[in-house]
Amino acid sequence: MLSQILYALPFLAQGFAVTLWVSLLVVVLSLIAGVALGVGLVYGPAPVRWAVRIFSDTIRGIPILVLMFFVYYGLPAAGLHLQSFWAAVLALTLFKTAQVVEYVRGAVGSIPKGQSEAAMAIGLTFRQRLTSVIFPQALRRFLPPWINGVTDAVKGSALVSLLGITDLMQAINQVIGRTYEAMPLYILGALIYFAVNYALSYASRRLERRFAFIRD
Amino acid sequence: MATSSNDTTALLDIAGVSKAFGSVEVLRAVSLKVDKGEVVTVIGPSGSGKTTLLRCVNFLESYDSGSIRIDGKEVGFREAGARQRRSERDLAAMRAETGMVFQSFNLFPHLTAAGNIMLGLTKVRGKSKAEARQIAEHWLGRVGLAHKAESLPAELSGGQQQRVGIARAVAMEPKILLLDEITSALDPELVGEVLAVVRSLAEDGMTMVMVTHEMAFARDASSRIVFMADGGVSAVGPPKEILAQETTNERLRSFLARFRASHF
Repeated sequence: MLSQILYALPFLAQGFAVTLWVSLLVVVLSLIAGVALGVGLVYGPAPVRWAVRIFSDTIRGIPILVLMFFVYYGLPAAGLHLQSFWAAVLALTLFKTAQVVEYVRGAVGSIPKGQSEAAMAIGLTFRQRLTSVIFPQALRRFLPPWINGVTDAVKGSALVSLLGITDLMQAINQVIGRTYEAMPLYILGALIYFAVNYALSYASRRLERRFAFIRD
Repeated sequence: MATSSNDTTALLDIAGVSKAFGSVEVLRAVSLKVDKGEVVTVIGPSGSGKTTLLRCVNFLESYDSGSIRIDGKEVGFREAGARQRRSERDLAAMRAETGMVFQSFNLFPHLTAAGNIMLGLTKVRGKSKAEARQIAEHWLGRVGLAHKAESLPAELSGGQQQRVGIARAVAMEPKILLLDEITSALDPELVGEVLAVVRSLAEDGMTMVMVTHEMAFARDASSRIVFMADGGVSAVGPPKEILAQETTNERLRSFLARFRASHF
């Protein structure tokens, strides 16, 4: 069994790198888009709020796999041809963005109105209120669900294998295809995913402790 | 500058302000002038519009008609032409000229006592961190909390939090200080320490408008008392006059009678 694992490792390493790269792209892009749209959902004018609401509800109502096939097989019909890698990243990012929007809405919405009013009363502008008063407090409530979502993104990235991208999952399947020894490889794969996500959970607990300035 | 009336010596000039929430009229043509250095307390039954009026003064609430001027400058709307809300930037600048202390303190929980005071000084007044820190320490000293500069709000008692709230407001050197039932959320034994701070500010000549249920304080510390009922100013005058037993104002008399029955 050890020899099989040693044989597999170089193949898996490349797949693992792809998994991390996809996860990183999805997490960073969805964070940027999700925070922007989330702020629009909470503070924007009615048309913006509606647009974000519809986007978020639609995306969250579609299975991520359907979304991925739609982007890869459906968009070319609309004239948009994406390489399988970018199609997968786009689909996962859309999905994750809709989640981040909701985390932001929940976190920002949970800050009492009095905080905004106190910030207004000392003469802070909207932007200053967000960056100095609302976001620092909302961050604490945003982090736990978001980090949970990051681990989901790492696990969910395994879906890109269905578009033929050689990520960790696909690499495992390829090695199994050569060795016909499924169990050791799946266990190894599970351990790798687990190691990544456990590290993320651990980091998040550290982070949460750092932001525990409110006792409620 | 286009000023509407001829005598504009009043620091705060509220003229004919009306406001409705849906079909409920909360303010009916309220007019009130407050001179520099005056301490005006606003009393009245709940739902009479006291707090709403105060919140209109720094435009936390908009109003439907009338005008509110501080130092001759319209607070929430542009001076000329049609009634148009000021830009976000202008509003922020106008609000920086008034200080507000809230019933529920509303300290920023992620900042220390000093940090709460420094935020406006650095972001709005453009002071350096060191300078802001000095001012914060000065005001914390004034409210008797010099030793709590590094404490987070959650580590302070209600009375201490409210004193930081006052320090945060006055450190901005506002032209006028608005106090919205600032002792209502406090345990009775903590009320005194907060009112003592307000009293010392009054002695310094700070102009204040204070919504309160503390009748003894209104009697002793204010230059004038405004009695509001049903969204309007029902009576206004020096404390002795307003709190006199033999007032002819029926609403005021029954308010005071009920008040005496429950508080004395």
